[in-house]
Amino acid sequence: MTAGLPPAIAAPLVELRDLRVHFPIRKGLIIERSVAIVKAVDGVTLSIRRGKTMGLVGESGCGKTTIGRTILKLQVPTSGAIRFDGADIATLDAAGMKRFRRRVQAVFQDPFSSLNPRMNVGQIIAEPLIVHDVMSEPAERRDRVSELLALCGLPAAFAGRYPHEMSGGQRQRVGIARALALNPDFVICDEAVSALDVSIQAQIIRLLEDLRDELNLTYLFIGHDLSVVRHLCDDVAVMYLGRIAEVGPSDELFANPGHPYTRALLEAVPTPDPDLERSRPHQVLGGEVPSPIDPPAGCVFHPRCSLAVAGCGTRVPPLLPYGSDHAVACTETGAGASSLPEKGA
Amino acid sequence: MALLSVRGLELHFVTPAGRVRAVNGISYTVEAGELVAIVGESGSGKTVQAQAVLGLVAQPPGEIVGGAVEFDGVELLSLPEERMRTLRGRRISMVFQEPMTSLNPVLSIGRQLTEAMRLHLQLTRAVADERAVSLLGMVGIADPERRLRQYPHHLSGGMRQRVMIAIAIACDPLLIVADEPTTALDVTIQAQILALMQDLTRRLGVALVIITHDLGVVARYADRVNVMYAGRIVEHGAARDVYRRPAHPYTIGLLNSVPRLDRPRGVRIEPIPGSPPDPAHLQPGCAFAPRCPYVVDRCRREEPPTVTFDDRHVATCWQTAALRPESG
Repeated sequence: MTAGLPPAIAAPLVELRDLRVHFPIRKGLIIERSVAIVKAVDGVTLSIRRGKTMGLVGESGCGKTTIGRTILKLQVPTSGAIRFDGADIATLDAAGMKRFRRRVQAVFQDPFSSLNPRMNVGQIIAEPLIVHDVMSEPAERRDRVSELLALCGLPAAFAGRYPHEMSGGQRQRVGIARALALNPDFVICDEAVSALDVSIQAQIIRLLEDLRDELNLTYLFIGHDLSVVRHLCDDVAVMYLGRIAEVGPSDELFANPGHPYTRALLEAVPTPDPDLERSRPHQVLGGEVPSPIDPPAGCVFHPRCSLAVAGCGTRVPPLLPYGSDHAVACTETGAGASSLPEKGA
Repeated sequence: MALLSVRGLELHFVTPAGRVRAVNGISYTVEAGELVAIVGESGSGKTVQAQAVLGLVAQPPGEIVGGAVEFDGVELLSLPEERMRTLRGRRISMVFQEPMTSLNPVLSIGRQLTEAMRLHLQLTRAVADERAVSLLGMVGIADPERRLRQYPHHLSGGMRQRVMIAIAIACDPLLIVADEPTTALDVTIQAQILALMQDLTRRLGVALVIITHDLGVVARYADRVNVMYAGRIVEHGAARDVYRRPAHPYTIGLLNSVPRLDRPRGVRIEPIPGSPPDPAHLQPGCAFAPRCPYVVDRCRREEPPTVTFDDRHVATCWQTAALRPESG
């Protein structure tokens, strides 16, 4: 086990080892040359426990979506490894690859652009069954579609509808039904509830929870809403500019945030309680996320950090244990800090 | 007298598919210098009612069927377009959700910032430029002289929204209407922008109407809140009262729908079943009745009454007296 990782219970289902995904920025029409590199993901190590939900949270450009895409093999990593159920996904043979594709599915943010507008719901949900050749009989597929629709809280008659005839919440239910068609073990939910209205968002969150319990699914839940991520996830990793700032069990991380960035995020989120909001401190985090083309040296967060000291601009802080199962990449509040870790925010 | 007073505003859209009743008789007020929130989900009419108030709804297809809007002693709905336009730039200004689409991509920041000042305040270019520099400073933009010569695409989303706010305060308005001003922004930038808006409006004594779907934003910033559903204001009151003692089943449902950082993890959220009604096919009675756990027969037949409690807390519901928890 790599130092600083929270010990995973049994073997984790998904493991990322020092994952790096860099995008070269090219210039020139005929003679293309690389002028800069965007380090979207820059050395991420993470274990996702079986049957649990790992949350990836952070602001735009932190690399959370790139991690999801890389696990789905929609993106080739620059270096590092991804292991799924013990096997390195980069070296799978054709059969292994097909199995992997069945076992790993995704639900995206915008169900309107992720559903084919020319296919009806029945065709959309049945498509993975046809592609993977798991049900050759049309009648059998129809039954499976009805079953999946029911599982996702939609009547069987919905099979005849087209995406434009449905509301956002209904479309997201269809997106989830399609993801579940092949009985996956692992579902990546990339901002799966972000585009929905409050009352509909709550319905989809409940659906994701019920499905997880019923089908024993493992989720990677990528989001930017801390309240939703905390609610759904057993473990949470907070990302900033391609790196993990803090990772640990939800209860522990939210009760005792160790990284100054996590603390700032928590202060920035308004809670629906006017009395609480009027009494708690709101120290607004200044500045903006720097460009990933030219990230700050040392700790990427140091230009915005209120606790930054001279060394933060030169040393990259390693992710070190911070209490049980909890790790923080900060030399000022984390393990080895000159002062005792400050509890609470 | 209130700075803005909307009474019984009704707005329909005439479409080939039929008459869409977008706003169904809403009334609210905004006092000078206060921060009022209008909260609701997509299609609740929260944005379009503000557009109607500001005279920004094209007629047709829009049709203001009834109501009155009074701003600073002037009746707006019957005001000639030319005077309305003067009022809009000068006394009422707006901040929208998407600063990239509401700023003109081919005009420099300086040009967009000074345009209204030169038009409405008749400032010379030199004076307007000077004021533009100080306005950018007020909204927290470093190196304002250089920024004035830049174009919107040079700026980040948060910076663009700061520019929008600078434009909004440029002519010393009495009221700013901000429609989802931070929805497109990251959470730390959202906090910066909202804190800036709150601070500026307090300092300048400008009233602010924030239109949002975010219950947390309302709780943190608003003095008073109006909850909208299907083109109606279903509940109104001081933000504190509405959150502590919600009186409308929809407000109760919304508050139970959001996961909260201030509650223990593992508390089940209780979603509102179903989805909002289609404003082209509103049924008689209460529009929330099909989703309401407290529904009684009467709700499906008769318009619910507006019940006012002693503390100016108002809810439009047949069951509201029974629902509202005792104070304490």
